[in-house]
Amino acid sequence: MVSSSAQAAGSRAAAPSRRSRTLWQDTLRRLLRDPVVVICVLYLALLIVVAIFPSFFATASYDQTSFPNNFAAPGTVVSEGKLAGHTYWMGADKLGRDIYSRLVYGTRVSISVAFLGAAVSFLIGVSYGLFAGYSRPRIDNIMMRIVDIIYAYPTLILIILLQVFLTALAQKEPEQMGTIERMLVDLDRNSGGLFFVFLAIGAVSWLNMARLTRGQVMHYKQQEFVQAAQVVGASDRRIMGRHLLPNVIGPCIVAETLAIPSYIYTEAFLSFIGLGVQPPMPSWGSMIADGYGALRTAPWLILFPALALSLTMLAFNFLGDAVRDALDPKLRDR
Amino acid sequence: MLRLIIRRFLWFIPVFFVVTGITFLTMHALPGGPFDTDKTPPAMVQRMEQAFGLNRPVYEQYFIWLKNAAQLDFGPSLKQRGRPVAGFLLPGLAVSAQLGLFAMGFALLIGLPAGIIAALHRGRWQDRGATFVAILGVSVPPIVMGPLLMWLFALQLGWLPVAQWAGLDEGIIPYLSHIILPAVTLGAGLSAIIARLTRASLLQVLGEDYIRTAHAKGLARRTVTIRHALRNALIPVVTYLGPLAAAVLTGSLVVEQIFAIPGMGRYFVSSITSRDYPMVMAVVVIYAFIIVFVNLVVDVLYLFIDPRMDHGL
Repeated sequence: MVSSSAQAAGSRAAAPSRRSRTLWQDTLRRLLRDPVVVICVLYLALLIVVAIFPSFFATASYDQTSFPNNFAAPGTVVSEGKLAGHTYWMGADKLGRDIYSRLVYGTRVSISVAFLGAAVSFLIGVSYGLFAGYSRPRIDNIMMRIVDIIYAYPTLILIILLQVFLTALAQKEPEQMGTIERMLVDLDRNSGGLFFVFLAIGAVSWLNMARLTRGQVMHYKQQEFVQAAQVVGASDRRIMGRHLLPNVIGPCIVAETLAIPSYIYTEAFLSFIGLGVQPPMPSWGSMIADGYGALRTAPWLILFPALALSLTMLAFNFLGDAVRDALDPKLRDR
Repeated sequence: MLRLIIRRFLWFIPVFFVVTGITFLTMHALPGGPFDTDKTPPAMVQRMEQAFGLNRPVYEQYFIWLKNAAQLDFGPSLKQRGRPVAGFLLPGLAVSAQLGLFAMGFALLIGLPAGIIAALHRGRWQDRGATFVAILGVSVPPIVMGPLLMWLFALQLGWLPVAQWAGLDEGIIPYLSHIILPAVTLGAGLSAIIARLTRASLLQVLGEDYIRTAHAKGLARRTVTIRHALRNALIPVVTYLGPLAAAVLTGSLVVEQIFAIPGMGRYFVSSITSRDYPMVMAVVVIYAFIIVFVNLVVDVLYLFIDPRMDHGL
């Protein structure tokens, strides 16, 4: 039973405790026992390295066009011109840009959406849910009705709307902007449009996490160990942070890991319909859109970004399942 | 039960105001208007905006919109020569609904048996195979699945048309051959989710005491599985139909983009970028209403399956 051991871990977390360490060690041990998980972890680790040092892996720049070589097939070696000697490992797109190098730089987009999206939704969602669940019923009620109402808004539609709004913001003249606005827009331009994608996804994705956390808090706050903490005079902040949080965090981590593929996919879709990362910055989604346009004549254009996107989502899905099983063997059959 | 239905319908009121309010504000906060093109002279734009009341304060426009919407009048489309929005959206909605139904049908047709087989052969190759395919199913997104299916079945094999849509009036064969690829693209991920859900729920039920009792009193395995286990195992699946319908709705937005299907989702994206305010508003209201409505239907269904829930809701 993970709940009882996590409970114990929570109430002893004040002193350096062995139990709380062994819970995580145990989880890690169980995770790494599965060869599939090891493969997923290695693959994702590779992606992270690629995302941090793309220039080390890329063989060309991501926006270097070369018109004689447009739609070059995979493996084409350029014989003349500026790029003489360059090999298009995965072919070239309609502007003659190297697909392999674009894929490498696109990794940066997907991986940062995966981790920053998860971090934003986790931080906002868990603290919101924790606060709502532990507050007086009236405040809790108001806070959760707000979540319910935003929830009725179809997620993808809200994200699209926000994204249109934010990209329109980015196109305004600098003189018309306030200081904060300009700061945000600069941040967005420097990240090739990525920042606003985070913002749009982050603004919506915390809702699930808030609901989950609040449900967990409602379950635990009636229990004796919380009452005991109240009786000895622990402050609300301490009860929330030291007693409730360690108990609710397990299922939240699991849910967040399982939500990561949806963040990756949302970004890819936004870029697919041209609302995501701004060109020439490559994203797997916009590369899929390019390839989709040339499906009849040059199907390899779509092959590699589609493969990269699917494999990455697959790895996160496997990992999410494995984390869930490892944290709570009781749920193994879900 | 009636109280539940009424409460759910009342719930639509705040949802309606928040959803339309956010959309209205966001749309009008976007720079540029529906009549801004390079060719139109500014004076002309001004007159057009005056004609459609776009020069008034935003809150006033919102109230006017609310008043008209209350009479189910969603106004003229600003881009399509002033034709009423409903004239576009109703056919679009019909197309999206057909696509959605086919996709849901496909998802249930594949997902339920796969989940049941996996649970009944727990741990054996059927189970592992189904689980693996299910994870694969949720990992291959529509923007990959759609082009892949299109490439294979339309371009390489030539069995099915590449994209677009044929109505029922064009004959049953063209209709079905156009709807298959988009419906499978949309349903594949959902069938994977249904399969996992069914498997988990059936496994849980199969571990219950009353199943052992049923076996102990000598009932046939088939009877126990179907009459005792499956019935109870389907409850979580039914509850999932609500989120499923929502997923189909937003998913059809994606699939309609890929296959160039004239559904509601396609109008939505194009009307945002062209600042066709009435169109956007109408689509958002329809989406929100469908989601609230489907959740209501699921709640009522739930009561029928499991009357004990009456107190819980």
